[in-house]
Amino acid sequence: MAPKVKLPKPGELAKIEFKTPATDWMDTPVEFKPGTFCWGSKEKDLLTLGLPNPRQWSPADEDWKVPEGWETTILEGMAERLSKYRSFKIFMDICVRCGACADKCHFYIATGDPKNMPVLRAELIRSVYKKYFTKSGKFLGRLAGARELDMDVLKEWWSYFFQCTECRRCSVFCPYGIDQAEVTIIGRELLNLVGLNIDWISGPVANCYMKGNHLGLEPHAIAGNIESMVDDIEDITGIRVNPTFNRKGAEILFITPSGDLLGEPGIQTCMGYLMLFHELGLDYTWSTYASEGGNFGFFTSNDMAKRLNYKIYAEAKRLGVKYIIGGECGHMWRVLNQYMDTWHGPADFLEVPVSPITGTVFENARSTKMIHISEFTADLIKHNKLNLDPTRNDHLKVTFHDSCNPSRGMGLLDEPREIIKAVCNNFYEMPENTIREKTFCCGAGSGLNASENMEQRMRGGFPRANAVKYVQEKHGVNMLANICAVDRAHFPALMDYWNPGVGVTGVTELLANALVMKGEKERTTNLRFEDLPGKGGNE
Amino acid sequence: MKVLFSFLAVILLILVATMGAFITNLHYVFGIIIPYLAFAMFVGGFIYRVVKWGRSPVPFRIPTTIGQQKSLPWIKQNKIENPTSAFGVIVRMAMEVLFFRSLFRNTKTELREGQNGPELSYGSAKWLWLGSLFFHWSFLIIIIRHLRFFLEPIPFAVQILESVDGMLQIGLPAIYLTDVFILVAVTYLFLRRIIVPQVKYISLPADFFPLFMIMSIAISGVLMRYFYKVDLVAVKQLAIGLATFQPVLPTGIGPMFFIHIFLVSILFAYFPMSKLMHMGGIFMSPTRNMISNNRMVRHINPWNHEVEVHTYEQYEDEYREKMKKAGIPVEKE
Repeated sequence: MAPKVKLPKPGELAKIEFKTPATDWMDTPVEFKPGTFCWGSKEKDLLTLGLPNPRQWSPADEDWKVPEGWETTILEGMAERLSKYRSFKIFMDICVRCGACADKCHFYIATGDPKNMPVLRAELIRSVYKKYFTKSGKFLGRLAGARELDMDVLKEWWSYFFQCTECRRCSVFCPYGIDQAEVTIIGRELLNLVGLNIDWISGPVANCYMKGNHLGLEPHAIAGNIESMVDDIEDITGIRVNPTFNRKGAEILFITPSGDLLGEPGIQTCMGYLMLFHELGLDYTWSTYASEGGNFGFFTSNDMAKRLNYKIYAEAKRLGVKYIIGGECGHMWRVLNQYMDTWHGPADFLEVPVSPITGTVFENARSTKMIHISEFTADLIKHNKLNLDPTRNDHLKVTFHDSCNPSRGMGLLDEPREIIKAVCNNFYEMPENTIREKTFCCGAGSGLNASENMEQRMRGGFPRANAVKYVQEKHGVNMLANICAVDRAHFPALMDYWNPGVGVTGVTELLANALVMKGEKERTTNLRFEDLPGKGGNE
Repeated sequence: MKVLFSFLAVILLILVATMGAFITNLHYVFGIIIPYLAFAMFVGGFIYRVVKWGRSPVPFRIPTTIGQQKSLPWIKQNKIENPTSAFGVIVRMAMEVLFFRSLFRNTKTELREGQNGPELSYGSAKWLWLGSLFFHWSFLIIIIRHLRFFLEPIPFAVQILESVDGMLQIGLPAIYLTDVFILVAVTYLFLRRIIVPQVKYISLPADFFPLFMIMSIAISGVLMRYFYKVDLVAVKQLAIGLATFQPVLPTGIGPMFFIHIFLVSILFAYFPMSKLMHMGGIFMSPTRNMISNNRMVRHINPWNHEVEVHTYEQYEDEYREKMKKAGIPVEKE
């Protein structure tokens, strides 16, 4: 491992050169600058997963130890994917390079590196496609934008496909809907064929495969972590909630990203779930086997994503629940919304979700039988089923970050806003071009939330942070709400770096702070043991 | 260099065309054989490409959702940009194809130094949208206008279109608006490719070539109409002959016509092997043409193969003792 790299000051990082290099992009070699890339995947994780070419390697080394004949593997892999994915084939063929996507990418905005323009990032692979799969590229070569596949190209792919967070913002602006996320997903699949992944993805994937969650929490650790949250809830509210694990016959299975089980402010969101479900008297269970909502397999390959996702329906079936509620997470919901049913459906052993409290039938999930916690909660609020005291959040001026995947891979936009508006009196939207379907990525999605690439994370999050800064200055916003575990893991560092003074919270934490539970003692602190406004000694 | 190469390629083509135009013996080749070949390559190539796309399945339903989903009854769904019905998809696609909806969203990101540090702003940027819209619509109208050469009697709709297009009636023959628009638009599209540094950086010869081709075709058309006039009756005779597969070659058409039709032929032949296929591709783009009803109706993947999984039994076998100790129920005691 390289020595720890010093993170540049925000002032330095914000000096972004948008000048294009003097050399053509095909002649501009890729650079591996410490602080901007992630460590390579570890041998043991690839062995656990049975993935190709397990070995110790480092992207900083000259020799990446790819197997003999890797070119054939990649090209055959491309051919296979061209025949399996119409999206890939069409996206390779029809781009006109109009450049509308260029300044829509957070990584381009924050690095000024032209290869981070989605169009050029796709061109990295398109140029190889042209060379080996089109006549014009074969005969005209570089004139047609084609080039040979060699080790430099492979390293360039690795660098830039792990500088894309698969957020799909470019595809909103593309006149043909070309989705760089799709290109990156397939690019990463190809890289994985020769053993080129990053540690921050393959580690969690191996954990999730064997232990059920990315963090690698074993069953007793999950129960233990939740038990200590239960203790905290009792201290704060005087109420002891009673979560159950792997309980057969429960009505509902609840699955959330394991990030909610460890570390602040994830655990406060998790405490929120526990309190809400207790207050409702919900007949639900946790699972230690399917203890991960997120899916880092999705950042590896379609097969890997499917292998991890298998556990959700399998566990729902084993436990005999009626339907599934999913917690706050970003890419988890793209997978659950656009992939799970296709992979492992039909979920005919489950029932169409019906809220036991309001009777609302969730027709929108009639096939997958899995609903989002925000859909469930917004419905409760609409029907006045919760006793809420939003003044408990009066010290907060809240803004809301739409996570990429729930926005552009699902369209979950108003549900969390309805909750926030019901539980907070001070809510301010960030500028129009940075929210909802045009939301900016946090900068660390798709498995790029490591620590060795901190500089790149701070860059990638710059457009998001800058929009937060706007409402911080204009309205005094001091809390960034979100519905994603990666947001909760990454934003605290991002806010400290760009906008000191802005905290980070899950929406369900805000809700739980405002939730007046039956029989609770007078609360003096919030879920973080901070004094409530007007209740503590500091006011 | 990229610009120059494409430019020279087009100049070379024009020279070839001029040669064909001035050597009467070659008129049959340039007026009949090459257009037929080009047309065959266009139709055949276009179909081939579309069929090739169609042969790859769409394994997952992956629309880009650009608005509120359908969920709770009181939350207003964006029925066009997050469509759950076929009708919504048709409207969405129509908006894309006819009005370039996504390009209309375009913004320009600017970074400036504010009072308290760097500020990013996202200004409106509609020029690309406007330029593209004018370019494509003009192109379409010009093609429809050309039907008057191939059809007798000239359909009423074509006549109407023509008179609207020529409504300014400047000079004689009247100047067509679309001739002006397409030249301005194509010039704009060219200029932004060489002036905007980022766009210049991503541009390939294959981006300049079609622009120069279309520019030359438009210019040769304008020259033929207003300056180096050709015998229109003869042109129509030739065109109808082509259309009815009874080709005739009238004499005295005028050289500019042969230059024009040669360039058009080259563009048509080139079309299917180029990025111009975005014309067909946009209709098949899975992020735009799919119904966003993922959780309501299961999408079938034709190659949904089995994968290796880690079952609950394997999990429990590994953690049974720890689970029992933590009071977590197990299947096998």
